[in-house]
Amino acid sequence: MRTILGAGLVMALAACSVTTPTADESSSDGGTVTLVTHDSFHLSDGLLADFEQRTGLTVKQVAPGDGGALVNQLILTKDSPLGDVVYGIDNSFATRAIDAGVLQPYTSEVPAAADAAQYAPDDSGSLTAVDMGDVCLNVDTVWFADHGLAAPTTLDDLTAPQYKDLTVVTNAATSSPGLSFLLATIGAKGEDGWQAYWSALKDNGLKVAESWSDAYYSDFSGGGGGGSRPIALSYASSPPETVTDDATGPTTAAMLDTCFRQVEYAGVLEGAQNPEGAQQLIDFLLSDEVQEDIPGSMYMYPVSSTASLPDTWQQWAPLSDDPWTVDPAEISANRDDWVRTWTDLVVG
Amino acid sequence: MPGPAQPPSAEFLRRPGRPVPRRLRTRHLAWTLAATVPLVFLGVFFAWPVLSLVGRGFWDGGPDLSGFAEVFGRPRTWRIIGLTLAQGAIGTVVSVLLGIPGAYLLYRCRFRGQGVLRAFVTIPFVLPTVVVGVAFRALLRDNGPLGFLGLDGSFTAIIAALVFFNYAVVVRTVGGLWSRLDPRPEQAARSLGAGPARAFLTVTLPALAPAIVSAASLVFLFCATAFGTVLVLGGLRFGTVETEIWIQTTQFLDLRAAAVLSVVQVVVVGAALAVAGRARSRRERALALVEAPTAPTRPHPVPTVITALTLVLLALPLIALVTGSLRVGDGWGVDHYRALATTGGDSALTVTVWEALRNSLAVAVDATLLAVLVGGLVALVVSRRPRHPVLRRTVAVLDGAFMLPLGVSAVTVGFGFLLVMGHPFGISTDLRTSGILVPIAQAVVAVPLVVRTVLPVLRAIDPRLREAAATLGAGPGRVLATIDLPVVLRSLGLAVGFAFAVSLGEFGATSFLARPDRPTLPVVIFRLIGLPGADRYGMALAASVVLAVLTAGVMALAERLRGFGGEL
Repeated sequence: MRTILGAGLVMALAACSVTTPTADESSSDGGTVTLVTHDSFHLSDGLLADFEQRTGLTVKQVAPGDGGALVNQLILTKDSPLGDVVYGIDNSFATRAIDAGVLQPYTSEVPAAADAAQYAPDDSGSLTAVDMGDVCLNVDTVWFADHGLAAPTTLDDLTAPQYKDLTVVTNAATSSPGLSFLLATIGAKGEDGWQAYWSALKDNGLKVAESWSDAYYSDFSGGGGGGSRPIALSYASSPPETVTDDATGPTTAAMLDTCFRQVEYAGVLEGAQNPEGAQQLIDFLLSDEVQEDIPGSMYMYPVSSTASLPDTWQQWAPLSDDPWTVDPAEISANRDDWVRTWTDLVVG
Repeated sequence: MPGPAQPPSAEFLRRPGRPVPRRLRTRHLAWTLAATVPLVFLGVFFAWPVLSLVGRGFWDGGPDLSGFAEVFGRPRTWRIIGLTLAQGAIGTVVSVLLGIPGAYLLYRCRFRGQGVLRAFVTIPFVLPTVVVGVAFRALLRDNGPLGFLGLDGSFTAIIAALVFFNYAVVVRTVGGLWSRLDPRPEQAARSLGAGPARAFLTVTLPALAPAIVSAASLVFLFCATAFGTVLVLGGLRFGTVETEIWIQTTQFLDLRAAAVLSVVQVVVVGAALAVAGRARSRRERALALVEAPTAPTRPHPVPTVITALTLVLLALPLIALVTGSLRVGDGWGVDHYRALATTGGDSALTVTVWEALRNSLAVAVDATLLAVLVGGLVALVVSRRPRHPVLRRTVAVLDGAFMLPLGVSAVTVGFGFLLVMGHPFGISTDLRTSGILVPIAQAVVAVPLVVRTVLPVLRAIDPRLREAAATLGAGPGRVLATIDLPVVLRSLGLAVGFAFAVSLGEFGATSFLARPDRPTLPVVIFRLIGLPGADRYGMALAASVVLAVLTAGVMALAERLRGFGGEL
């Protein structure tokens, strides 16, 4: 009986196998363009389908990694590229990708390209800015109101005694917001001052979590996961997500004096099978329909100045007027050293 | 021609000078083929990608081994190696100490609900680490239910998580043997006046020793190469060789350092496997001697209490998970479960969670078929005990080689896949982006588990049975079909269950290769947990509960199909 049951199971399993190619592999008529992205790439339903219909292209997506891993994978596969176009390289890794020669120049001529140009990492034209966001500390305003304490506003506030044991950030070596925040402190305190600042943070009870979700949900009191720390590293765009049904506004706020501006780029890959398709896709990413979709689907701000923001963002998610910056070439030259030094200093 | 008592293969091997009869030649060919298929599979989908990547670290226009001196010159390297060994050793000792009473209660005794408990202890083994990390941190953080222990971010927390994952390995490995252990020697010791403790220590424990050592080596292997757990719970402070390879590869692209560390890891893993192999071979000989299923015994209170406590501890993170998934705002509800039919608001996902589940099941079917086919062939070949020393050694090497995927970093395998799987052998589609490699990568991980489940059963078959059948005129195919197959099919249920469950929960290799338009359940959970919004967090927890329930269901079904126990 068991034998029959076992054999039956194996056959039933065989019947619903998926190794046979599915229909979607063969639906291209205007060619295929393969988009290599980070894990967070996402557009609202129908947008990509419209693009495919309009151009006759079939868009195939691959998401082999996030942040630095994505760039490193592109470098490793340079001789046999994973696709035609990449989206999601950010300004902390942009110059590594450019220097490694994995991109071919393309300058888009759609209207938003002029806006995008202000964020270019260099003048090689290899990467086109698509969206941006500010990595900033967030505070749980409810917590501070309940405790009768004024919420901190600056980087220096975080080292003050009244904010001891209240802050959680993410690891600069393993998370992309963590790296951005490290860069913010380097921008603010300079090459000579950032280490002393981190030592002071550490002495003031700083907690380092491994990932954004870990910090935001497990440690942050305002993230909905019930954590205990009212100051957490997140994004300027996070507060609108904490608007509760009955509340009139968000229960958290971004500390706009602590931000580092993250810019995400797209570029045509060197050795692309379909460079024209890749260029069309970059133009599409700069179109206002995509630009206006980006806040809702990827939690980033459009680079296009003509794209309108969602109401909640206009109300509760302003960008920093004056984010901290570090020259991309500087980042490229020193990033690994900084991260290693930071690891020794803060994580031990 | 060989006499009736001589196995034909031995005759064939002993007198190589003689002309070989055609029937033997065909048989020889069949066995060679049976060994070649898995070897080619492992070679193409494991050795080639891994060696290509590691090779890059040692080749810089010419052979370059200077990485060794440099990496071993860093104090951090030694600390990492020390931490890896410490984590492996402590995790193993605790798992074994808790697992032996568990094996006793769940496999030696008999009571209602036993099958459910057996399935329950296996859930952690296949849960995605990102989920376990969330559950553990929910318990341990400052204001969590166990926050007063002050364990958050500590070495102890990592060890606890490692034990959480590996408890089932010990319980199943030791329990499988224990359930078939002849009870009479212990009864004899008792009737001669030995107390239960003394009888256990002097009679039962030595009989179980090989299984315990075998389980310990496996657990050591899993603990020493743990990646997600360590990264989520301890981060870089308690980095292991595995996490260090990950950092060096994905963050710094320092392939030289990664390659050196990979060699270090393979040495550690190889040593653990050698110990495991020795222990197993001793145990499997012993197995052949044990025939009678044991009579059920009334549970002894000491192991019962220990196991009950352990099960409560195992349940805590799972309860935290379920509680979190039912928490809606300040109240309770099943809203997050209802949301599984959606894409998470503002279409956070490309598919609904249920569709992702269907993708997962479809991939798991392919992965399971592959793993059972390849693993079954490996077990079949390795189960033979050729008399010729060279062949015997070959068989032993084959056995060990198929364990290696458990001990090599998923990052190395993933990056290696990207490196070599573009258009291998002139294939026109890019395999890396086709999605076809997802089940294959999962099968590579599941094959060792299939082998370990099926092999002991095959080895326990008395070779004389096959010889007798052959003497009576049965051809090799018929011997396989009438002697080996019926026995194997029964343990195959468990192997299928394991392969299926491992594939359902696999994330590491999948994340490198998954198509975003066809994500699996763990990929979707990872995505949901990475987005802001309490509702998506709740959805991620609900999806994790679904994954856990499904896993438990698959394992319970496998338990029902199980005849003899394998090692796991």
